Amino acid sequence: MPAEAAISGSMRPQPYRVTEVLRELDDVVTLRLAAEDRAPLPFRPGQFNMLYAFATGEIPVSISGDPSRPDELLHTVRRVGAVSSALAQLERGAVLGLRGPFGSHWPVETERGRHLLFVAGGLGLAPLRPAICRALARRADYAGITLVLGARSPREILYAWQLAGWAAAGAMKIHVCVDHAGPEWGGPVGVVTSQFPRALDGIAPDRVSAFLCGPEIMMRHGCGDLEHLGIHPERMWISMERNMKCATGLCGHCQFGADFVCRDGPVFRYRRVRRPLGIREV
Amino acid sequence: MEALPNTADAGMTRPRLIDDPRDLLRHFLGQGYRILAPQERDGVIDPAPLTEPEALPRGRVDDQGPGHYRLRDGDPDRWFDYVVGPSGWKAWLYPARRKLWSAERTDDRLTFRDATTAWPKTVLFGVRPCELAAIARQRRIFAEGPYVDTAFAERLERSIIVVVQCARSAPTCFCASMDTGPRAVAGYDLALTELPADHGAAFLVESASQAGDDVLHTLGGATARPRDHAAALDLSRAAAARQTRTMPDDIAGGLKLRLESPVWADIASRCLTCGNCTLACPTCFCSDVEEVSDLSGDHAERWQLWDSCFNSDFSFIHGGPVRSSPAARYRQWMTHKLSYWHDQFGSSGCVGCGRCITWCPVGIDLVAEADRLMAEGTD
Amino acid sequence: MAHQTIRDILADHPAFLGFDGAALDLIAGCGRNMRYRAGELLFREGDAAETVVILRHGDAAIELAAPGRGPLRVESLHPGDIVDWSWLLPPCRAMSDARAVTDVAAIALDARCVLDKCDEHTELGYRLFRLWLPHLARRVRMQRLQLLDLYGAHAR
Repeated sequence: MPAEAAISGSMRPQPYRVTEVLRELDDVVTLRLAAEDRAPLPFRPGQFNMLYAFATGEIPVSISGDPSRPDELLHTVRRVGAVSSALAQLERGAVLGLRGPFGSHWPVETERGRHLLFVAGGLGLAPLRPAICRALARRADYAGITLVLGARSPREILYAWQLAGWAAAGAMKIHVCVDHAGPEWGGPVGVVTSQFPRALDGIAPDRVSAFLCGPEIMMRHGCGDLEHLGIHPERMWISMERNMKCATGLCGHCQFGADFVCRDGPVFRYRRVRRPLGIREV
Repeated sequence: MEALPNTADAGMTRPRLIDDPRDLLRHFLGQGYRILAPQERDGVIDPAPLTEPEALPRGRVDDQGPGHYRLRDGDPDRWFDYVVGPSGWKAWLYPARRKLWSAERTDDRLTFRDATTAWPKTVLFGVRPCELAAIARQRRIFAEGPYVDTAFAERLERSIIVVVQCARSAPTCFCASMDTGPRAVAGYDLALTELPADHGAAFLVESASQAGDDVLHTLGGATARPRDHAAALDLSRAAAARQTRTMPDDIAGGLKLRLESPVWADIASRCLTCGNCTLACPTCFCSDVEEVSDLSGDHAERWQLWDSCFNSDFSFIHGGPVRSSPAARYRQWMTHKLSYWHDQFGSSGCVGCGRCITWCPVGIDLVAEADRLMAEGTD
Repeated sequence: MAHQTIRDILADHPAFLGFDGAALDLIAGCGRNMRYRAGELLFREGDAAETVVILRHGDAAIELAAPGRGPLRVESLHPGDIVDWSWLLPPCRAMSDARAVTDVAAIALDARCVLDKCDEHTELGYRLFRLWLPHLARRVRMQRLQLLDLYGAHAR
């Protein structure tokens, strides 16, 4: 017989070590990771990695750190399923598997001279944080930076320590609203869309570029409201979530109309996905 | 019709005539190739390893219709009057289940190892034109995108493709309207046309690659004459003319305008969401990945297996599936196959083989449903 | 500010954009100025709802008291907002607490007075409800989204 070709599989991860576990919220942790034997991983804001928990499985997780510090590779994980729970239970020193980075990015760099509006709901701040870090690092490039953040309650505001720092530095305006609160909460109570008129007060809508990340309903209604307020659908971006197995456009799971969310997304220009967003069960 | 890449000067050797397809099989077996060729097993004709040239299902014919497939005796002297079986070549080039990699945990380390499988030099013998198109479309996905499935690419790289041109169409065939058959003109190594009994010579053998040329050179046989070519073309034209199903021309754009058509719910009232259509489809490529770990807890494996957009878990994200209704799942399958595939990969995802019609347990007819959708108004 | 008449205040207020002079004259007769310190209740659940409270400056919040949980803030209100609609809804009792989150300046319109004037001048009534209902509808829509508990672990 002729020689047989040994055919390899693909999608093999690399080992990364958990160097720090930051407890963010009751069910949310941020894992700081370092490659076992390779250089830090450059990434662009909005991209994600596939994280593998040994003997459990693999899920996509957005990179949530500062892109200018790839040595500080951060992923924020909420315990919702088997894999995310296994990841959230890892302790310092544990090893996981990582593939990436994958996907499209928030185009903050091409929106120079404009007013950047970030709209985040719940954990949606995690994929936006690298973009905010990038924008703040080049603050002079932008007319302004505003963040509208929605959270369930004041106890569930992600990266609250960092928001305080960002706000204190005065480089950006932050509007945090919660779904419900006790009387100790002096901020607004309501959904993110309720804060748009105030957040955009005095800003010409044709100068705004908006980046939304959160539950799909929030992004759908948020984009609709922003469009009504005069922001152009070409100047809005959202980050979509769908089931993913391969992250390379080969497994078919994440299709959203003609797009593969893993490869053509997760960050999409709103205009491109407006129609399928309005159709049920796409 | 898209072509698999060939070297520039290949396929220049003049076509030959041979009397017996077994001569070709003996040639490849003598050269040490593994041959995969259609054979009768479990009531169907599908590709399987062939060690004995006599195993070709000579004289057998398949009757196909919506939800119907039966083998029967045909003209005992004809070799290739059957068309396509349920599995085809996909199961070989893109196995339904394969190990991707394994992980070992030792002390405080994780070590990942690619899994490997063997693929000897192989001849895919008896590939039909629609199947050749399907292989090319899967190749476009797996081997020509930004990310490559090296396993698929290498299997194909190490395979010689021998096409058998279709002289007969089943009632489920509609390759002519998808422009994928019944005659392949490029993208193969060798192509056989079984000429009519009254023609004199049995088979026209054409080459479209260097590997094909090499075989033709060693095969002997008379050089084909213009009348042999003419007979082959007549045969293909006649097979095309006998096809009764035609996919609407404007289906790719038309479906996008009918995403909220009531026809989806009507199809769903019959669809069992069994996924047979996606398994039988020669281009469907979706896969899942499964974790397998042993009791020691120090060894884990990742396995890839075919998945189907008809499974409710296919679109699962925390909270539940995105496509919970059968109507949404059928719509996903059909719009992807006939419409979004063009946007993603530059062609239709359908090659007109008719398998989804034959192997649907309730006989849902893709072409008939396409016609019904297009007859409805737009959203 | 202190020298502004109620009519001047109404004329500048977003809730009265689109009201003509005659309409403002009529409504102004029902109004008075109110001030609340941060933390003070504007009204309490169960109170007779006899006034239409419209915020001019500062923020307020709608609260619901729950046993063992203290008051829950479920909606915050900002200048321009009409605080509550119980005055329109028999039996005209407040269905929630409303609290000043910051120091608040508001216009309080006597509800009976407003409704009587609307009945008497149907054109005024039409205009008032035509311009105020979208405000209410917008808040209902926001609260529907809020109902979804969007940021919970199992929402998406």
